[in-house]
Amino acid sequence: MFRICNVIAALMLPVALVACGSGSNKSSQPSSPAAAPDAKKVDTSTAGSIAGRVTIEGTVPPNPAIAMSSDPACASANKDSAQAEIFVVKDGGLENVFVYIKTGLGNKYLFDTPTASVRIEQKGCRYVPHVVGVRVSQPLEVVNDDNTLHNVHGMGQANRQFNFGQPVPGLKNTVAFTVPEVLLPIKCDVHNWMHAYVGVVDHPYFAVTADGGKFELRTVPPGTYTVEAVHERLGPQTQTVTIGSKESKEITFTFKAQ
Amino acid sequence: MWLHRYARLVTVFTVLLIAAGGMVTSTDAGLSVPDWPTTYGWNMFAFPLSKMVGGIRYEHAHRLIASTVGFLTIVLALWTWWVEPRAWVRRLGFACLGAVVIQGLLGGLTVILLLPPAVSIAHAGLAQLFFCLTLTLTLVTSPGWKTPAPSLGDPLLRRLAVSTTAAIYVQILLGATMRHTNAGLAIPDFPLAFGHVVPPVWNPQVAIHFAHRVGALLVTLVILATSGHVIYHHRDRRELLRPALLLVFLVCTQVTLGAFVVLSGLQPVINTAHVVNGALVLGTSLVLMLRVLRLTADATAQTVQQITHSPNLGIISGARP
Repeated sequence: MFRICNVIAALMLPVALVACGSGSNKSSQPSSPAAAPDAKKVDTSTAGSIAGRVTIEGTVPPNPAIAMSSDPACASANKDSAQAEIFVVKDGGLENVFVYIKTGLGNKYLFDTPTASVRIEQKGCRYVPHVVGVRVSQPLEVVNDDNTLHNVHGMGQANRQFNFGQPVPGLKNTVAFTVPEVLLPIKCDVHNWMHAYVGVVDHPYFAVTADGGKFELRTVPPGTYTVEAVHERLGPQTQTVTIGSKESKEITFTFKAQ
Repeated sequence: MWLHRYARLVTVFTVLLIAAGGMVTSTDAGLSVPDWPTTYGWNMFAFPLSKMVGGIRYEHAHRLIASTVGFLTIVLALWTWWVEPRAWVRRLGFACLGAVVIQGLLGGLTVILLLPPAVSIAHAGLAQLFFCLTLTLTLVTSPGWKTPAPSLGDPLLRRLAVSTTAAIYVQILLGATMRHTNAGLAIPDFPLAFGHVVPPVWNPQVAIHFAHRVGALLVTLVILATSGHVIYHHRDRRELLRPALLLVFLVCTQVTLGAFVVLSGLQPVINTAHVVNGALVLGTSLVLMLRVLRLTADATAQTVQQITHSPNLGIISGARP
């Protein structure tokens, strides 16, 4: 009998050691080259801009309803029916899309890292904002404004994962990321409908679409760039854009509802 | 007798614990309590019930039930040591205790390390082994085990019973690997795979999922072979017939639940029922195996005894004539 138990225990180990990578709908990760010795700051007198819009075609699936009855504090904060924020569409424009320069900057430029924090609030058992951009090493504050407990679980693949609890209102934790990663999901395992997404990049050329899918990347130095737009569900799209001195370019990304 | 009843209670609590663990995984609540052994900084036994909301209900309840099982197992080990005359049974009691301690540590470790698949799979696998240990202790302290029974000269049944239990356990490990690598819906249709008998696309998750399906088929066949053997050759032995019939019923239920796990899109209650029923399949097979081993071991001992007492073979066997 004990011999059998030993055999079973031996069988358990190799299977337990199987670890598989999991698929994701995220973009291939932007590279983070070290700045060249002759790297310089962007000359704002010659810089241009890339502006545009992200639109969606087809029948947009309805956002699923969220049942918050598992936490009375969340239910009372959302007395009207609550819905997920996967597809936020206004006038055909898709909001909450992270747009950034993926390649083209190389290691020619030096960028100061902002010391001011980017802030995500947990309000009404939702993350506000739902999608944010942050620079490598820039502080990201996560604050609990709710009268309930939350855990904040960052599920980075290139960056280290984290998970901390915020059991009382007003608690604030600050994290920073070491390498670029688009998009890095954050979720609350207490309230399984709470998801936020962070675009981590090592330069200032990023935006989150708002106001009918609009975005703008300012003070872009002249050059040819790959611009990527990433949606949490629909994934990435890229376009190549060439900017001349003081030139402004308009581009449109069009996602198809699946 | 009271020790047997108490061991049975511990086994029932262990099944409850496996169900609670299944709900944690099925509701994706494993990290809803980010600290361990505390709960959001509270001593886990002092954590307010009013704060058991959302995923915390599942994770914290799992921890409380696990602590209860841990305490029950300490008592079980000490009680067995105190009253049990058979040394190997006394050691079995402490094997239960060792397993539950390691299990608790694995549970804490998987939370602290943010659910690495290897640790989570080991936690799931050891849960089943712990269940097997408590069930074994329950069985060997039962009056039926201590009552002499006619021996069984059937080496084929012995091999079948052992193979069946081992196959079920491997299948459970495959299932745990599937759960903890998010491969539960890697093949979204059933009984076909992407409309084919064999998946037309492959990645690690599809491979794990498909291996679990193939495993289910093989385990079902092995169980039918073992149970069929018992029903055909030993239907007069109630202690074998009953677990054999139960095994057939449970494996049919298990396959049905497995289908509904996929078709329901991993509905948590169905998913958990599949985990618990899987443990019951393993447990039933274990009981059948242990009974077969005991009866066939008696037969072997009797044969050896006859040989060693035979005057003609006394020199060969080394026994005195």
